[in-house]
Order: sequence, then C-alpha cells, then structure tokens
Amino acid sequence: MSGYHHTTTTENLPTEHLNPVFTSENMAEVQVILKRYPEGKQKSAVLPILHIAQKQWGWLSSPVMDYVATMMDILPIEVYEVATFYTMFHTNPVGNYVLEVCRTGPCCLLGAEQVIDRIKERYNIHEGETSADGMFTIKPVECLAACGFAPVMQIREQYFEHLSVENIDALLDQLAATDPKTIGYVGNMPVDVK
Amino acid sequence: MALKILTEHINVPGIKTLEVYRQYGGYRSVEKAVKTMSPDDVVEEVKKSGLRGRGGAGFPTGMKWSFIDKKSGNPRYLVCNADESEPGTFKDRYLMSNNPHALVEGMITSSYALGANLSYIYVRGELLYVIRILQKAIDEAYAAGYLGKNILGSGYDLDLHVHPGGGAYICGEETALIESLEGKRGNPRNKPPFPAVKGLYQNPTVVNNVETIAAVPWIVNNTGDEYAKIGIGRSTGTKLISACGHLQKQGIYEIELGVPVEEFIYSDEYCGGIRKGHELKAVVAGGSSVPILPAHLILKTANGENRLMTYESLADGGFATGTMLGSGGFIAMDETTCIVRNTWNFARFYSHESCGQCSPCREGTGWMEKVLYRIEHGQGREHDIDLLVDVAKKIEGNTICPLGDAAAWPVAAAIRHFRHEFEWHIRQPQEATQPGAVYREQVLV
Ligand SMILES: Cc1cc2nc3c(=O)[nH]c(=O)nc-3n(C[C@H](O)[C@H](O)[C@H](O)COP(=O)(O)O)c2cc1C
Ligand code: FES
Repeated sequence: MSGYHHTTTTENLPTEHLNPVFTSENMAEVQVILKRYPEGKQKSAVLPILHIAQKQWGWLSSPVMDYVATMMDILPIEVYEVATFYTMFHTNPVGNYVLEVCRTGPCCLLGAEQVIDRIKERYNIHEGETSADGMFTIKPVECLAACGFAPVMQIREQYFEHLSVENIDALLDQLAATDPKTIGYVGNMPVDVK
Repeated sequence: MALKILTEHINVPGIKTLEVYRQYGGYRSVEKAVKTMSPDDVVEEVKKSGLRGRGGAGFPTGMKWSFIDKKSGNPRYLVCNADESEPGTFKDRYLMSNNPHALVEGMITSSYALGANLSYIYVRGELLYVIRILQKAIDEAYAAGYLGKNILGSGYDLDLHVHPGGGAYICGEETALIESLEGKRGNPRNKPPFPAVKGLYQNPTVVNNVETIAAVPWIVNNTGDEYAKIGIGRSTGTKLISACGHLQKQGIYEIELGVPVEEFIYSDEYCGGIRKGHELKAVVAGGSSVPILPAHLILKTANGENRLMTYESLADGGFATGTMLGSGGFIAMDETTCIVRNTWNFARFYSHESCGQCSPCREGTGWMEKVLYRIEHGQGREHDIDLLVDVAKKIEGNTICPLGDAAAWPVAAAIRHFRHEFEWHIRQPQEATQPGAVYREQVLV
C-alpha cells in the first residue's frame, strides 16, 4: 500500500505534481470543454477536467486538485469532494496500469473472482495495492456495462473482455512488456482476450 | 425475423458515419419534425406511441414530456441518461458505440419537441471510448447543419454536448445525474420539485434513457399509431434486452415486447438455451435491482400462464411471485450458482454505491452486506434471515431516491424464493463453505 494519504502535504510527491500546469494540448481541450456549459455554470466542467488531469498526472494529488480549483475559480473543497466521490479518480499514487477488474454478480458467474485472485496472487498484493515493480495496481470495480462479455477489466479507456484464469497471465506479461503510455489512452475499442 | 427498430442497420459497415447513416434513412425525423411539425405535434406522436421509459421505471415518455414547464419561459433542457450502471445492463453502450447517430438524431428530434436549445448526453465515465465515438457523430451533425443555429433553415437552434461521469451508479438516478452534471457529488434531490419543473440549473429538464430517445425517430417517421401496433397492450414497441450469465449466446437482442420468456431463453434466434450440460436455476430479468425468480416462476406465472417479455407479464403476481422488466438486463443462472453468494455480491454493490445521504440506505445496505457476508462465509446465525428481511423492510420506501428499494428488493426476493439455501449455509456451514459448494435440493416457493 502506498504511504501517501490525502493531505495537503507535498512531501514525497513526484516533481511533476509540484506546481502542476496543463500541457498546452490539454489546456486547449479544457478550454473547449468549459464552453459547453451556460455562462456562470462552468463548475459543471469539473468531471471532464479531472479526467484530463488524471490522464496527464496519472492520479490526483492535492496540488493537482488545487490547480484545477484555481483554474476553474472554485474552492479546493469543491474539487476534493467530487474527486473522492467518484470511483474513477485515484487520490493516491497508482502503478503504471490500474487493473480495474469488474467484481459484480454477472462477471462473477463467469469467473471474475478467480481472475482477481490470480492477479493478487501473482503480484502478492491486496486490493488497492501496487506490485513491487510499480507496474500494476489491482482495483476491483463494480459493473462496467459489459456483462455479456464477462469477465471484464478496464485499463484507462480500454476494455479487456472474456478474461479467464487461463488467459490473464499472458495478458499481464504482454502489458508488462509494452510501453504503458501506449495502452488505453486514446479511446481504443474493447479487446476480446479470448 | 422479428421487426427491428433500434438495431435494423447496426451492422451495416460504416453506419457510424453520417454519410452511410443518411443513406439508410438517417436524420429524416429531424427534417420531418422541424419542417412540417410543431413541437407539440411531436409530443403528441410520442404520446400515441405508448413508448415507455427504457431506463428501468417504464414511465410513459409522452406524458413525461407533457409535464415540462413551458410557461415559465426559463430555458429547457433535455438530458440523455447514458449512465448505464445497473448490473446486467449493457444495451446502451452497444447502441451508442455501434450506431451513434441514432442517439444524436433522437436527441435533436426530442429536443425540438421539448423546445430545448441546449442538451446533454451524460455518459458514464468508464465509457470514454464511447464518448469519443459520440463526439465524432455530433461533430458530423454540426457540419451537416443538423445541429447549431437555424437547423435546416427552420429557425430552431440546438447545441448538443457529451458529458462524462466519474464512476458512480447513483448518477443513473435522474436527480443525482443532474447534480453530477452541475459538477457536484451525485446526491439525489428531494422530489418535488420534479426535474420537469426544476431540473438542471433549476430549469425545466427532461431526463430520458438512451434507448427511449433512440426510439423517437422511428415514431416521428412512421407515426405513433404504427409504433403502438407493435407489442402487446401497454407494452408497445421493441426493447433491447442485454442477456448475460450462463447462456449459450449472451448478447444484446432487440425483441418485440411480448416474446415469451421461454422462447427468449431457449430459441436459437435469441439466447440459444443454457450453457451446455447445465440447466436454468434462476433469472434476474431486469437488472440487479429487480426480484430474482426461480426457473419455474420466470417461465410461467403462478397461474400457469406463459410468462411474456412485457412490463405487465413479468410483474404478474406482484413481488410474491413476479418481478419487473426493469432495464432489460437479463441475468440467467444455472444450477452451479450459489444464490447466497450472488445475493451477498449484489448487497455489496448497493452498499458500495449508496451515496450516503439517507441513514436507512447508508447504514442498512452496509448492514445487509455484513450479515450476508457472514452467512456466505459460514458464520451465519439462526436469526440472521429474519434480520435481513427486517432491515430490507426498513430501508424500503424510507429514502430520498429508489436506490434503497433497489438494494432491499434483491435480498428480500432471494430469501423469499431460496430461503432453504440461506438456512443450509447457516446450519451446515462446513458443507456450504467448501469451494464451489451449492445447495442442490428442490427449491421451494
Ligand atoms: C439507483 C438508480 C440508478 C439508475 N440508473 C439508471 C441508468 O443507469 N440509466 C437510466 O437510463 N436510468 C437509470 N435510472 C432511472 C432514472 O432515474 C430515470 O428514471 C430514467 O433515466 C428516466 O428515463 P426513461 O423514462 O427514458 O427511462 C436509475 C434509477 C435509480 C434509482
Ligand atoms: S457485471 Fe461485470 S460488466 Fe457487468
């Protein structure tokens, strides 16, 4: 388990989290998003903007959330309370890949629990923890609206369907050998692992 | 082949592009509506169609639309509910990712009917790849003059945007969705006022499911009367059913409402039966929130009539022996399924997803989850079953939004129909906690 808890301390934070600023590409996207809401209702943009922030920094530290608040001209607490309510946002450091494996009923009928157990066993970690090499965080999640393709896992924007204890190891090997920056960032269509 | 309205062209190569979509008759409803019909004419057709909300509650769409406050002069909004998070439900994702223009067209025609000049599609955040597909379709629709100012020269203006959620089942509840769209936590609001009077930004708002909105173009093109001819009684039209669990062919099927449940499960046109070598034990017919039914009660009603895929037939017998069509999330379970484990799993889901503002739901869902956990793990106590029934009763009807009911019903129904499995877990914990152990005797009603 990571030692970082959500506080205002900046101790031990990676340097890119200190004085965070959106890249010009991301800032351009943020500006487009802000225009989607009526005058004076820009707070509506907090979820889409937090998604962009998480894409850039990997997880949402206090300085990153404070930066989003300042940029949107809302209070930091208005960002914290949103970031901690919605399960997609990581408010603690995570590995290169967050394995968001569905743990809900329909996926469990077809072996999701065994897949989750296999991942935990393989890296000797508990739910929410990251493998020793910093590569994989296991985060069981609730139904991903893909129950007919169960068991299912999401990594960033990408769905991986029809997982099993037989194919999960090969998939993890393949991910470990791939540049994490190339997986799941660009709206890839779901992959059938079967 | 059965009639297809929502998925007729879904497998046509290139249907995701505006060009191909138009070749197959796409956007005709926008032309027809903005050029030849008044907004109230469109509402009237939808009323006549008998279309009912496909998000789960089945409320008549035309009636909901007629409640929107047009008198105050405040801006009106249409918000599409694409939060799709009810376990077992995966139909909206399919429709949006494979035929995005069908939703965009429906949004334009429906917004026109409501007099909305700004509308949103709220998509669950996990579906970022679907959001990109929808955005592309919206961009194409703007470029072709179906969105923006003075649509097709009619003088009607509409802006349409996609908005991502952040991972929270509760945001599928319409007032939580509105809060979320305003940039807040997804805490449902007290009703009244209803969204039709005070919704998004405190202005009149209609929230409709993806599938509901995608049915509107066909109704406008072919008239509400034609749509009402499809289906049985008050269950008009077609419905997407997402079928999962222990079936030969899981997937998304568009059915004419009225197909017998038995045909849906066993015919090759649909699910093709239970997976090889196994038999049906139970079904959750309309998403995890609706009561689970044992095989004999899902195939036939308590009176021995064939159960049909309609709102009325599935509900026949009330909660004593019936269930609900709900969202169309059809979960089939064979004899290898442990009902106690599945009930615990669902209880954990609701406990995890409770927004926490109402005590009966926040505390009650957690309590049920803990009791079910201990029963499933061999530490159940004899009075635990009654305790669960009691807690479920005290949640039901005592919360701001129906998530509490949705959490209580599956537990109450599992105990109602499979009480022996719970008793077996409590009385023979050693046997029941063996890996893969399942109670195997005849289930009593
Ligand atoms: C806890 C909860 C979750 C819900 N989730 C969804 C959902 O994911 N999608 C949806 O369309 N409706 C969902 N609903 C129903 C909505 O509140 C609302 O009734 C629906 O969006 C109205 O659209 P319709 O009339 O077209 O069905 C949910 C309701 C509750 C209480
Ligand atoms: S239960 Fe896993 S995707 Fe729905």
